[in-house]
Amino acid sequence: MSPSRRNLLGLGAWTLLMALAPFLLTNDYYVSTLIIGFFNAIIVVGLNLLIGYAGQISLGHGAFYGLGAYVSGILAATYGLPVEAAGLIAIVLTGLIAWGIGIPTLKLSGHYLAMATLGFGVIVSIVFNEAVAFTGGPSGLTGIPRLALFGTTVESDLSYYYVTGAALTLVMALSLNLIQSRLGRALRALHTSERAAEAVGVDIARYKLFVFVLSAVFAALAGVLYAHYLGFAAPSSFGFKFSVTLLVMVVLGGMASVWGAVAGALFLTALPEFLRAFEDIETLVFGGILILGMMFLPSGLAGGASRIAKAVAVRLRRD
Amino acid sequence: MDLGSLLQYLITGVTVGATYGLTGLGFTIIFNTTGIINFAQGEFVMLGGMLGVAAYAAGVPLPLAVLLAVAAATLAGALMERTFIRPVASASPVNLIIITIGASILIRGVAMLAFGKDTFALPHFSGMEPIRFLGAAMLPQSLWVLGVTLLLLLALKSFFSSTMWGRGMLACSYDPKAAALMGINVSRMAMASFMISAAVGAAGGVILAPITLTAYDVGILLGLKGFAACILGGLGNPFGAAAGGIILGVLESFGAGLLSSAYKDAITFVILLLLLFVRPTGLFGKGSGERV
Repeated sequence: MSPSRRNLLGLGAWTLLMALAPFLLTNDYYVSTLIIGFFNAIIVVGLNLLIGYAGQISLGHGAFYGLGAYVSGILAATYGLPVEAAGLIAIVLTGLIAWGIGIPTLKLSGHYLAMATLGFGVIVSIVFNEAVAFTGGPSGLTGIPRLALFGTTVESDLSYYYVTGAALTLVMALSLNLIQSRLGRALRALHTSERAAEAVGVDIARYKLFVFVLSAVFAALAGVLYAHYLGFAAPSSFGFKFSVTLLVMVVLGGMASVWGAVAGALFLTALPEFLRAFEDIETLVFGGILILGMMFLPSGLAGGASRIAKAVAVRLRRD
Repeated sequence: MDLGSLLQYLITGVTVGATYGLTGLGFTIIFNTTGIINFAQGEFVMLGGMLGVAAYAAGVPLPLAVLLAVAAATLAGALMERTFIRPVASASPVNLIIITIGASILIRGVAMLAFGKDTFALPHFSGMEPIRFLGAAMLPQSLWVLGVTLLLLLALKSFFSSTMWGRGMLACSYDPKAAALMGINVSRMAMASFMISAAVGAAGGVILAPITLTAYDVGILLGLKGFAACILGGLGNPFGAAAGGIILGVLESFGAGLLSSAYKDAITFVILLLLLFVRPTGLFGKGSGERV
């Protein structure tokens, strides 16, 4: 099967599963958990393009998520802009900020790049906390109106689920296509060896910047959806800890795999909810799963799944 | 702005910066020997402070409590290397980073269960009577912080330059394969690096605890600052990490005093970013000449 045919098949199966899931779940609470999981998946798919394909680490993507949420929230709640316009402005503005930050930052590499993106995240998070007049400070921005599309408010959780699911599916389709394109090949070359890629004429600076901005735009989109879903935004949701969680989702899901990114995001969003039952030792179990996952599934959920699939295929052929 | 308050900012900055430097030094020791950025480094600092408080509260005399805390944290460092790092020694750098993140969550969780979520203080080692000069005041504890930092720096310098173990660890940092061929036990060196950096971090944590107080979650921010310190100084350079920490502390203290205390961390990080844009490998880092 050709890769693009396989992608199409995968996307079809995913859309079906996504559409049916609310009917299989007995509890409304699960639907809202899935919605949050979709927000995270949108960010992680983009971040996976940056880390898994372009090979550039970022510990500051929580900031882009926050910028999307806050800019859209402030424009709609404080200045009364229609939600559609506020969201669009927020996404474009975040993309522009990422572009401005990306030019000097992506010249760095390795741990220095990690530090620079982390520093950017910390700075943005401090601004969220301290610019009380705009952001409401540590206690958060309240009164953000519900998402509306073409004049219709997306009222029920179920309809919000489908809107978010559609957005995620779009982001996935776009990313899968991108990987198959000339740009995807350039990115893989870049990941293997920057120098070799440059030597055969790949404009590495431009490609890195493009993927960085694209991943920031995805994060901003998720932020907009988040703000207009919860009606509330607080700085603690977008800080260093969240940026680290995003990185963990990418790695635990499986680097360089769109499907892995979605799996990692959904798994790590749902996990704390299931661990609530453990109460006090919740964080211990979470940390333990993280460590064990990395020790025994070094290429993440996606890698583990494809290994199992291969083993099954081999066995079937033998029979 | 009079001389007294400027001096005061400098003293505060250097004191706090010394702890950042010690944390950064911890990062550097592990990075140099194993190539791992240990995100649990801040937790060692937290363990130093919290274990010191716990031992003191249990009735152990203060000097002994301090030593006990450092020793216990060292053991935790060894345990962490043995259980989480050694079995996956050949994993990719980013996987190892995630494992250390998991370890930091684990250590923080255990500390929260053991000590609760309260903030604790340790008594000052030699009283709280400030020493006054030139219009500035200095707590005797600041002298302890500076003295211990200086002592640790000197001790580490002589350890790395003139003992068999120290030179073995340095050899691992240059080329682990070649080091192994020369008969150096690379995995033992890795464990030693975790122990030493845990000890250095815990020492920083326990001497700072009287001034800044301590809680189960102070490790996150301290780890962040320590990482920033060694990036600022140039990753892999122990002197750079210590200097980077002190520069960071001074920047923070002057930023808080002269510009805005709310934005002090933001000011520090803006300067750090600008510096990285001009010098992509830190202040004292080597050029990034890399072989193709």
